[in-house]
Amino acid sequence: MRNKIVFVLCVLAAGILCWQLYNILLILPNEKDQGAIYRIVYFHVPAIFTGFMGFFVALAASGTYLVTRNLKYDAFAAAVTEVSLAFATIVLATGMIWGRIIWGIWWTWDARLTTMLVCWLIYAGYLMLRRAIDEPTQRARLSAVVSIFGCTDILIVWKSIEWWRTQHPGPVLSVREGGGMAPGMEGPIYWNWLALMCLAAVLVIIRMRQENISREIDSLRRLAHSY
Amino acid sequence: MIDQRNFIYMFYGFAAAWVIVTAYVAYLAVRERRLREELDRVRRMLEESEKKA
Repeated sequence: MRNKIVFVLCVLAAGILCWQLYNILLILPNEKDQGAIYRIVYFHVPAIFTGFMGFFVALAASGTYLVTRNLKYDAFAAAVTEVSLAFATIVLATGMIWGRIIWGIWWTWDARLTTMLVCWLIYAGYLMLRRAIDEPTQRARLSAVVSIFGCTDILIVWKSIEWWRTQHPGPVLSVREGGGMAPGMEGPIYWNWLALMCLAAVLVIIRMRQENISREIDSLRRLAHSY
Repeated sequence: MIDQRNFIYMFYGFAAAWVIVTAYVAYLAVRERRLREELDRVRRMLEESEKKA
């Protein structure tokens, strides 16, 4: 059953991405000032939406672990955080390539970029912390705290373009006040977001399977030591 | 239609996204193989312990 879900999600993601690549590359016109490079937004924005959605899911799972003390929620939070960090890495990489052309520099210590880097470092720290602690309940408790702490930074990343004058562009999407992309150009962002969410779900399912194997190994080891 | 202005950097941007996804998938595949090998090893160790006990 799980393999069928993975297969369906993969086909759905591939189908949407191929369709949207056709739209992005062959149908949509170039942006007046930026030329072709603006098309990076069609992966940059969906990747950050997917990453942040994942971090919020991890927050919910971490909170549930702290309430129930069930290690399944901790495993789920770890799986989702790792996958979301991959998408956050895509955001930083694509943003730097766009900045190289538009600003003439790979990086600047602008509020949006800096808070995003801090966010990436917090969640990278979360994964490093998990490797450093062997005792499962202690690892789960501390990881949950870091996950909750990390989510506060997401709000700062989100609002940074309103709170400070930043070199990073202001809101792009029309759902947010001040956003002003032409309606026909916004669609591929949402479609690609759906495709990346399908891809993220597949990666989380695979990662969860690994967490289950790890737990089985731990329990078998304990059993072996009891003989 | 696409003009050639900045096209190469747009390609780098798309490629970077897919390289990161592919690298992560490869990492997951290697990790799964190692975990399955470890599981088999622990199972064998447990069987031997049971026989001795």
